[in-house]
Amino acid sequence: MKIKVNNILYEPKVSGSMRLLDYLRNELKLTGTKEGCGEGECGACTILLNGKPVNSCLILLGQCDEKEIITIEGLNEPELTKSFEEVGAVQCGFCTPGMMISSSAFLEENPSPTKEEVKTCISGNLCRCTGYKKIEEAIMLTADKKKLVK
Amino acid sequence: MSQKIKNLGKYKYRSVGKSVEKIDSISLSTGKAKFFADYIIPDTAHVKFLYSKHAHAEILSIDTTKAEKIDGVIYILHHENTEQIPHTTAGQGFPEPSPYDSVMFDKTMRFVGDKVAAVLAETPEIAEEACNKIKVKYKILPALFDYEIASDKGSPIIHCEKTKKYPIPIPYSPNLNIAAEVDINIGNLEEGLSESDYYFDETFYTHYSSHAMLEPHGVITYLDETGRLVIITATQVPFHVRRICAMVLNIPIKQIRVIKPRIGGGFGGKQEVFLEYIAALFTLKTNRPAKISLSRKDVFRSSRTRHPMRVNIRCGVKKNGHINAFCIDALMNTGAYGSHALTVLSNAGSKVLPLINKAEHQRFIGKSVYTNLPVGGAYRGYGATQSYFAVGQVMDIMARKLNIDLIEFYSQNNIKKGETSPIFEKLGEGKEGVKMIVESCGLEECIKKGVEAIDWYAKRDKQIEKNNKVHGVGMVCLMQGSGIPRIDMGSAYIKMNEDGSFNLHIGATDIGTGSDTILAQIAAEAIGTDIDEIIVLSSDTDLTPFDVGAYASSTTYISGQAVRKCGLKIKKQILEVASEITNQNIEELEILNKKVQWNNGSLDFSEICSYALYTNNQFQIQATASNISNTSPPPFSAHFAEVAVDKETGEIEIIKYVTTVDCGTAINPKLAEGQVEGAVVNGISWALTEEYRFNKQGGMINADFGRYKIYTSIDIPNMETILIPTHEPTGPYGAKSVSEIAINGPGPAIANAIYDAIGVRIHSLPIKPEKILELYNKKNN
Repeated sequence: MKIKVNNILYEPKVSGSMRLLDYLRNELKLTGTKEGCGEGECGACTILLNGKPVNSCLILLGQCDEKEIITIEGLNEPELTKSFEEVGAVQCGFCTPGMMISSSAFLEENPSPTKEEVKTCISGNLCRCTGYKKIEEAIMLTADKKKLVK
Repeated sequence: MSQKIKNLGKYKYRSVGKSVEKIDSISLSTGKAKFFADYIIPDTAHVKFLYSKHAHAEILSIDTTKAEKIDGVIYILHHENTEQIPHTTAGQGFPEPSPYDSVMFDKTMRFVGDKVAAVLAETPEIAEEACNKIKVKYKILPALFDYEIASDKGSPIIHCEKTKKYPIPIPYSPNLNIAAEVDINIGNLEEGLSESDYYFDETFYTHYSSHAMLEPHGVITYLDETGRLVIITATQVPFHVRRICAMVLNIPIKQIRVIKPRIGGGFGGKQEVFLEYIAALFTLKTNRPAKISLSRKDVFRSSRTRHPMRVNIRCGVKKNGHINAFCIDALMNTGAYGSHALTVLSNAGSKVLPLINKAEHQRFIGKSVYTNLPVGGAYRGYGATQSYFAVGQVMDIMARKLNIDLIEFYSQNNIKKGETSPIFEKLGEGKEGVKMIVESCGLEECIKKGVEAIDWYAKRDKQIEKNNKVHGVGMVCLMQGSGIPRIDMGSAYIKMNEDGSFNLHIGATDIGTGSDTILAQIAAEAIGTDIDEIIVLSSDTDLTPFDVGAYASSTTYISGQAVRKCGLKIKKQILEVASEITNQNIEELEILNKKVQWNNGSLDFSEICSYALYTNNQFQIQATASNISNTSPPPFSAHFAEVAVDKETGEIEIIKYVTTVDCGTAINPKLAEGQVEGAVVNGISWALTEEYRFNKQGGMINADFGRYKIYTSIDIPNMETILIPTHEPTGPYGAKSVSEIAINGPGPAIANAIYDAIGVRIHSLPIKPEKILELYNKKNN
């Protein structure tokens, strides 16, 4: 099988029944993707699979043949990163890579979101530190910044 | 960062009081920062646990033959091949005010989730498979689930061993399932109650909850090239980890190095030492790096929780609104082991009673009891949270009975600046407390700003109906502490580099709170440089000086002051060197913008340090400082909730939630706000949706995020956070603590708002729609 991760092509030699999360973390040493529950409930392991955010703990490697994956290490989102920093949206940071992936994909599809839409976009990513308020602000701020650039 | 001066009243700061960006924000959000599980140590083997399925049982025999035969199994630990060294898992100062009632692996299982055995194997899957192949014969013992009958005759006794005791002399009666007892008297309660015009007797119940930090607990251990044990662990208390591991493993402290990487949240849950010594023992036995990574289910059922509590309040008030007698009687369920059993209990009194300091007669009676349920532990708020659910509502009950506005009632009875409470002195943590005067208090301002933000007088007692929902508002006033006086110690080391930068080494433990950032701000302020010039290294027991760790709302106040003292010593040395270079009197020198300046000249920091290192009378500009405090200044807070209650379904919606907080000087207002917002949401979530559900065997049946509901982004109400600046003279640049206090408010504020809307009093958590509906229907029939 063939799999593209962060624009590099791999031909995994491990079992296709390995969780994608384990393949990324243990085989490719891409440890930016976190495991918070292993049950698809917390979103800390969110990655982009053909551009769509999914929980990598619920995907098996075998399901990713001929697919493109972007992890936090391959996500080039300086505005988003900067906005999270500016508004204080990062506390412990364990949920943040997943939050970045979810919000990046969301802003791609919806560059002028409402607050409510932002809330929905990260509703699959749990955070226990921030109360979500500053994360929402960071995503709104990024949308505003991106509009200005355009 | 600019050197613009920040004006905070009469105090002028350059780094403090500014919302500088968190120094680890970018490395965290790009996935580069390393948590324990991200360390790749070659040849690492993996640990899995076999947990008890029984709430109370004795292990008659344990047979690991089949498990050992599985290819890839390396080692198995259980009670027959490990030493039985009694200790507490509570990561507290030494000697700990918690009973030594735990051993690494016990013969008796005391809750569903207690550890029977651990397997080290080449992969986590093999370790798991081997756990399932261990044969255990149990003698099932009668289990105790109802903590209210724990000390009744005939209740099963949970800890029978004579070896179990406190390391300090305090009452302990395991023969009655009592893990801790407290009784503090001020005045004469019964006399006070008889003199009151109105008497109240109300009982409230708070429930179990999980810290639910996003990163599950875990640890990696290995031997370095010299044979020393290295422990990389998700902990709030690295120095306590080192001490407790040395004790339980019976090896010298000097053999151990504990490294704290980035931590994915703690909230008290990682103030526990219950995994590190197991991984370490595997490493010592096999010379293999060992990794423990708890699953979410393990975190829920086998780590630590918030202690459930029954809080009875008897109190009396005069017609003029003066509370003259107040008694808190708390019964706490500590679960199977007594981690923090005494101190969480004590804080249900010590962080609450001083708020209503005018009462001449006060009493705090507390009892912690063992049950065969999950183990309690430190949890943000630390007993105050449980107690405020009761006290906050009793204040509302009293004000309504007297027909006085709750705002006025609080203002009349609240502690003020310059006042004290005898509780401060009488009730400490494992010993007597410390006498202290409140030297900063912004509570009146907190109340005032909150009243405006929620529009209190337009909504209180109005029962406004919109779309079949009745609106109500409630509020509560709170205090907490800042560190444990005369116990908590933090220290710092700073050295200067020849480019004018500084290394700041601190034992203080950033678990996501931003303490690395705010301590760098304090260092920069003290020295007179920018935060960008401060290189922070924290929490490595080989490289940083001691600190008790991240708990008791201590880091900003205790460790922050150590950093300030250390920075001032560095400043003095810089000026002395500058004086030597320039022949100017020190008095004529001033530090500004990373330069030493005088009348007609200036010297860059880099020139000064280069001189000190290379030119003449060479030495390293460096300093250390330690700090303890003789006082624990309380932060204050007022919380206001507006709710809309659906009378037909019992569902409630929080329309607005306002939190006002006096944390002294907010060293970094944005990070302080973040602490408040996170604590409020955790508090709301605990009050409304989170719940441990047990089966008849005492096992938790909802040990996952699907069924244990913590708040998501779409559940968040409209929230407003207002920081009320005050200046605490004993704190670094006027700072007090901020991280815990705000979790105490949502329970009572929301309950009071529900009463305001529909006249129903909530006596137990969580506040589920079915409970509201039942109470409402009962009231109206």
